[in-house]
Amino acid sequence: MDFLVAIVVATVAAGTPLALAALGELVAEKSGVLNLGVEGMMLAGAVAGFAAAATTGNLWLGVACGVVAGIALSFVFAVAVVTLQANQVATGLALAIFGGGLSAFAGQPFVSRSIDGIRAAPLPLLGEIPVLGPLAFSFDPLVYVSLALFGAVAWFLWRTRAGLVLRAVGESPEVAHEVGYPVARIRYAATLFGGAMAGLAGAYLSLAYTPLWVEGLTAGRGWIALALVVFATWRPARVLAGAYLFGGVTVLQFHAQGFGVEVPSQLLSALPYIATIGVLVIISRDAAMVRLNAPASLGKPFHAGD
Amino acid sequence: MSTPVPRLALAGIGKAYPSVVANADIDLAVMPGEVHALLGENGAGKSTLMKIVYGVVQPDAGEIRWEGEPTVIATPADARRLGIGMVFQHFSLFETLTVAENVAIGLDEHASPRALAPRIVAVSHRYGLDVDPARPVYSLSVGERQRVEIVRALLGRPKLLILDEPTSVLTPQAAEALFVVLRQLSEEGVSILYISHKLEEIRALAARATVLRGGRVVATVDPRAESPAALARHMIGRELPPPVARAPHPVGPVRLAAAGLTLEPETPHGTRLEDVSFELRAGEILGIAGVSGNGQSELLAAISGERQAPSPAMLLLDGEPAGALGAGARRKHGLAYVPERRLGHATVPEMSLAENTLLTAHRRGLVQGGLVRRDAARQRAAETMKAFDVRAGGVNAAAESLSGGNLQKFVVGREVALAPKVLVVAQPTWGVDVGATAFIRAELVRLRDAGAAVLVVSEDLDELLEVSDRIAVLYRGRLTPPVDAAAHDAESIGLLMGGAHASA
Repeated sequence: MDFLVAIVVATVAAGTPLALAALGELVAEKSGVLNLGVEGMMLAGAVAGFAAAATTGNLWLGVACGVVAGIALSFVFAVAVVTLQANQVATGLALAIFGGGLSAFAGQPFVSRSIDGIRAAPLPLLGEIPVLGPLAFSFDPLVYVSLALFGAVAWFLWRTRAGLVLRAVGESPEVAHEVGYPVARIRYAATLFGGAMAGLAGAYLSLAYTPLWVEGLTAGRGWIALALVVFATWRPARVLAGAYLFGGVTVLQFHAQGFGVEVPSQLLSALPYIATIGVLVIISRDAAMVRLNAPASLGKPFHAGD
Repeated sequence: MSTPVPRLALAGIGKAYPSVVANADIDLAVMPGEVHALLGENGAGKSTLMKIVYGVVQPDAGEIRWEGEPTVIATPADARRLGIGMVFQHFSLFETLTVAENVAIGLDEHASPRALAPRIVAVSHRYGLDVDPARPVYSLSVGERQRVEIVRALLGRPKLLILDEPTSVLTPQAAEALFVVLRQLSEEGVSILYISHKLEEIRALAARATVLRGGRVVATVDPRAESPAALARHMIGRELPPPVARAPHPVGPVRLAAAGLTLEPETPHGTRLEDVSFELRAGEILGIAGVSGNGQSELLAAISGERQAPSPAMLLLDGEPAGALGAGARRKHGLAYVPERRLGHATVPEMSLAENTLLTAHRRGLVQGGLVRRDAARQRAAETMKAFDVRAGGVNAAAESLSGGNLQKFVVGREVALAPKVLVVAQPTWGVDVGATAFIRAELVRLRDAGAAVLVVSEDLDELLEVSDRIAVLYRGRLTPPVDAAAHDAESIGLLMGGAHASA
């Protein structure tokens, strides 16, 4: 039982950073903005969060700093692609590289420092329910936050007027403008939300998942998050399932390595990425589904005026 | 009943763009409850004028008075606040959202789609505009989409409703149903500005018409008191060209045939072709009628070779199975194709007319040893332009710099110059002015008289009745058996277009 709980907790913890980053990107993409810089924003969030926590000793201040760092980078991106109408793909790639370099530079003094990270702990009362308690209520607090965010985003996008407008902007900014909605402002908001989530995801990595900082801590999770959004056909529930699948395979390959399976460890480390993409490709092979959910204006700059 | 103050009065409205004067010194008045038609050719300035009234474009000169008060309409939201509703020619709807969501998003009041659903149903019942609020827009036919646009405009309780060429996408029966709604609205006191170039429609609907030509008002008339010929004279400034003379013509062997052609749609918004069969013979024109969205794009892709049929024998060129051939191979067999979309499908917008000629004529000696003979291409383009009266800045002009009518003449000319055995044409005169329309139709008939087999896919029934020998209707992916065009009129074929079963 304890072993099972440990696996579930580890799976969820490994999937959560991916889930958060992908959720933010999903909202940005639903408004028509393709931000390929998720990896860079995650790294910025990770280093900012770790630096703040290591300096002040306050983990929650660290989380806040990670979010702010993600927002700051996505703001730069939004200015470039929404206001200045730069090419979204090129700008996003530049942002990913920039975030990587900036985090390596800013994180220099913090390499090899260690902190006491955010811990998973059973919730009082609920955690004491037999069987279910340890399985469902023994995560760290940010996991609950991430689940709440998924619920909130799904509700926002499909149940509120503002969410409807956001989806409409991603579908056809021309028509949205004609009807009288501020396309640029909505795209800014969505992009900044994406940045905040990527920053939070990064902070989760450096403060909860592996409480330390090394260069390139995210190990490509930002790129997987991007793929996850597409293969999950822009639907939050599928994004979450894909992220946990990634987490599950990550945990399994750790145990495989621990048991001394005769496979090169590099290959095992690659397994979560391969498995996630593989499964998602299979579920998203229904082209009709992809076209119906994909934001039609994704990646296209919009210029208001006649 | 009606007050003498016009609901909307325009005085001396002018709007100039860098290269063209779109509107000059336009006066127009619409009374409460009046159906007022705005008549003119493409490019006469109708659309610009309506955009000015709806606040999309600002005029350079003149005054707008709303119920007697001078008014500035700065944005569409301003226009809607005054009580002006607009139904655009190109629909402003979001494909993947439901009807209710689309309506909610287009209204200024903040109501949720769920709260709006009963109001949508109420309005649609009141005017006989049947729409289901829960359906996603991509699943609706063009006529249904237009109903959504109208319902949305009506929910804003307009005092003036502007409709821009509303019947261009409707079957005659659907158009008739629309007129019933418009008359009912007019009786309730709603003013209607109705933009069209279809004379019969305007005579059926409007008591007053303002005719625009070259951005100016050339006449304000009672269309019921004028003959269609007189209205046309106002509109185009000369006599209406006579319909194409079409003598009966002996037909030859079957050039193109479909035999049980069945094809899955490529997109979720597409239509499945089901068991489509026809035979097209040398020396005849077969017209395919139907409202677009009933499988036209799928059928054209399957015939042109942009998509392959599931079995080679489903499509025959000169009796040979051709269903598996690509577009290039079919062209080698003597098939030529004029797609519906002139820019980006028929031509590469940024490339010159000479280069665009090369795209389909490269087999005709324009390439030697793998190299392009640029002079020969230019010469060929120049000949096409001369033969088809294409007005452009020479053979090096980019395709995108031509007006719609001139580009269409160029594309048709380019394909006719290939002397094809089979010519497939989609919407040959869509958005083309009256003069060019008559010319293109005459060319199609000339090509048929020369022994080519011509397939014309069009939404314009009058066009098909004018040029075709036989007409079949494509409805929900199925093709009716062809009927003799001379023995039918718009009414009877229109019924087939709306899905009534063929009887006899």
